[in-house]
Amino acid sequence: MNEELQTAAAWLAEGRKVALATVIQTWGSAPRPAGSQIVVRDDGAFLGSVSGGCVEGAVIEAALSTIADSKNRELEFGVTDAQAWNVGLACGGRIRIFVEPVEE
Amino acid sequence: MKRAILDALTRSAARPMIRALDRGTGEEKLIDPFSDETPLGLAARAAARTDVSSEIEIDGRTWFLEVHNPPLELVLVGAVHIAQPLAQMARLAGYGVRVIDPRAAFATPARFPGVALDQGWPDEILGKSPLGSRSALVVLAHDPKIDDPALEAALASPAFYIGALGSKKTHAARLERLSDRGFDGPALARIRGPVGLAIGARSPAEIALSILAQMTQTLRT
Repeated sequence: MNEELQTAAAWLAEGRKVALATVIQTWGSAPRPAGSQIVVRDDGAFLGSVSGGCVEGAVIEAALSTIADSKNRELEFGVTDAQAWNVGLACGGRIRIFVEPVEE
Repeated sequence: MKRAILDALTRSAARPMIRALDRGTGEEKLIDPFSDETPLGLAARAAARTDVSSEIEIDGRTWFLEVHNPPLELVLVGAVHIAQPLAQMARLAGYGVRVIDPRAAFATPARFPGVALDQGWPDEILGKSPLGSRSALVVLAHDPKIDDPALEAALASPAFYIGALGSKKTHAARLERLSDRGFDGPALARIRGPVGLAIGARSPAEIALSILAQMTQTLRT
């Protein structure tokens, strides 16, 4: 089991709320392959990566929304994305990310 | 991810497991890829073997197969200078590292802080805790009494990488000894020697880097 999930288990054991973001699919030259994960705690602390650091901020924000409402989310990032100037992938790739709560 | 799935993954960390996720419905299943014979189980087996997570379609449903393989393992035989930086670098790259050396002065916690040390003979130790398909073994002792039994144990295992330090001449002599012990050409071809990628490495850390680079190349390409 990866370090991210070990950390998720440790944070849950401390009574914290946790969300998990996973790279589902990549196109072109994406920095992290499918299956890469970030675990996010309710206070914004996180471990892992889903890109070279380009989109982590937006993913953490979505994860905090998921912790608040327990709903799954899907995010897609790429150079053609409307958010490209803020959080697009400079490498020119495209990635799809699934965000979910880790809960009972 | 359901808490129960996370807990099950924690318990089975030493075995390959696959989480299948239907993003549309949020349904998730934990699959033991080596006992499940359903179409989804067979796809999970292929994912575990290649260590690649991806989406697949089965019976009209799309599943994301998330691979949770056991950690990579590196066994270093010979607690020599090169083993010190290699143990540290390999840990950073995600390997659990074990160092084996029967010579008590070499395999000391002071030289290898935080590394699992075995002050025994490699064939005995590898007989008790054998190498698996996620294991790499590198012999560095430069002493056939220590290195050769370790190589024999590695050749009898599914280890994905077997490396042996030594010049071309040393390596040729080693292959001849192993050949006399009954190992054939394809078996001997599994041993990478002289070990490491040819990057002109000189210092122990540089040689460690060339070995770790070759391990990565073997694992991923």
